[in-house]
Amino acid sequence: MSFWTRFRTNIGAMVGVVLLIAVIAIAVFAPLIFANDPWQMVQRPFLPPFSREDLLLGTDTLGRDVAAQLAYGARVSLLVGLVSTLVALLIGVPLGALAGFYGGLVDEGAMRFTEFFQTIPNFALAIVLVAIFEPTLSSITLAIAIVSWPPVARLVRAEVMSVRKREFVDAAMLAGLTKRRILVRQVLPNTLSPIIVMASLMVATAILLESSLSFLGLGDPNAMSWGYMIGAARTVIRSAWWLSFFPGVAIIITVLALNLIGEGLNDALNPHLSRRKGRA
Amino acid sequence: MSVLAIIVSRLAKAALTLLAIAVLNFCLLHAAPGDPAVVLAGEAGAADEQMIAQLRERFGLDQPFGVQLWKYVSGVAMLDLGYSFRQGAPVIDLIADRLPATLLLTGVAFVISLVCGIALGVAAAARVGKPQDSLLTTFALLFYATPLYWAALMAVLVFSVWLGWLPGFGYETVGAGYTGWARVIDIAKHLVLPALTLGLFFMAVYMRMTRASMLEVSNADFVKTGRAKGLSDKVIRRRHILRNAILPVVTLAGLQAGQLIGGAVLTETVFAWPGIGRLMFESLAARDYNTILGVFLVSAAMVILFNIVTDIVYRLVDPRIGARA
Repeated sequence: MSFWTRFRTNIGAMVGVVLLIAVIAIAVFAPLIFANDPWQMVQRPFLPPFSREDLLLGTDTLGRDVAAQLAYGARVSLLVGLVSTLVALLIGVPLGALAGFYGGLVDEGAMRFTEFFQTIPNFALAIVLVAIFEPTLSSITLAIAIVSWPPVARLVRAEVMSVRKREFVDAAMLAGLTKRRILVRQVLPNTLSPIIVMASLMVATAILLESSLSFLGLGDPNAMSWGYMIGAARTVIRSAWWLSFFPGVAIIITVLALNLIGEGLNDALNPHLSRRKGRA
Repeated sequence: MSVLAIIVSRLAKAALTLLAIAVLNFCLLHAAPGDPAVVLAGEAGAADEQMIAQLRERFGLDQPFGVQLWKYVSGVAMLDLGYSFRQGAPVIDLIADRLPATLLLTGVAFVISLVCGIALGVAAAARVGKPQDSLLTTFALLFYATPLYWAALMAVLVFSVWLGWLPGFGYETVGAGYTGWARVIDIAKHLVLPALTLGLFFMAVYMRMTRASMLEVSNADFVKTGRAKGLSDKVIRRRHILRNAILPVVTLAGLQAGQLIGGAVLTETVFAWPGIGRLMFESLAARDYNTILGVFLVSAAMVILFNIVTDIVYRLVDPRIGARA
């Protein structure tokens, strides 16, 4: 069975794809779907959901359109999730590849460095970084990347170490290719599939991290985000439950979709593993 | 290696890590935008010129970088984490005051999540492919995607505001003047919701891990042997599969301790639980960097300590680990 057939027949993964496409569509077309500016007061505050057709999810403490806020929040979540994962890959992949390929002192040094970052409680470090460098989209993205690269480095190192022992690497060595070329052209492409799986799960974790930071008040003050919405509504939960409820559902749907896709990719890329788990 | 030698080497490594974190903290304080003296003073002292001049002198901010670093790091080594101008107390005192509440919360959450996670994982693996398994797996996926703080808020809404079963915030009933067992019960009641919501996410993690690990081990040769000998399914599961499947789960659980402490910041914020996580949250709004960095250092120390303890426990439980290392 090809990769695509295996992925397509996985119900969970397809549900994830549909949900994710919906979230992306809402994020991209937010200005077309919602006429209201998410920062603008449009109605009286604390309007309950489903009471007016044009304000489906009601209004918040300042009379702003909750549905529009959710749509614009999707942009921030997806953007931060994606970019921070890319940055984490940019740190983790080269470090892990060098450690796994060259071994010896390089490996020792790189792994000590990685271990250090893995020991530090990562959410606490993210809080410290964002608090000190002022919350902006870029500082939040960077902070999330800084706390999420260590597992990537470890994974890539382990994969590179196992691929390096294969025969085609010896063949490339004999053919006179330089070490760098072998690493980049021969070894790394063969480690791609576990990296892809890990990356899709990392986007999900990054979205949770971003929302947690903005819940604590460490969000970019110029960007509407789901975590900020819940944080702002925290104190009025007794009178206006919907202000905390809907953004949370949005986060769950997005994170769930990404996790389902990640698992689907994992099963489709490593078919024997999934059979062992008794799922196929 | 004897256990003692391991403890000594681990403690030495831990000291090095903490030293590195202290250096990192120092660099962060200096990397913060603005005058370090103003940064140290936090929002509270920002307006007072004289105080800032005093700070500059006291922390040697006019001296070379190396001297400053030495002063800071040696201070941390003597448990001097600086002074919180916002709260008017040394940071170490503030943390020592709040630490027991955090230890109680994270400890209980850890035990709940590990016990329930393993139990549910075993149950799911035993019924693999059946509706019960799908149901448990789906719930685990959902909890895995749920933000901690949102689960906490919803728990407050349902069990405290709507149903009125459990208190929704605080550590104990203020002004009730309970003593002895009455106080213990009161605190336990306040602990239920925070510990459950903090443990929920980790329960999902441990459940998935246990399930996968159980299924993995159930293909091993010794399981087939057991079956061929005519042992009952139950005995095989409990005595042969579970005992082997549980080690990677416990290893993972040890590694996850750091996440648990990070999660405590969110849980304590929602439930107004007077621990170091709540202290960190309060310091964020006040831009009280000394306290933020102090909590950061102490939480890292907690994680390291926890890892050492779990490491030693495994070596005692499973002698193979000591032989391999």
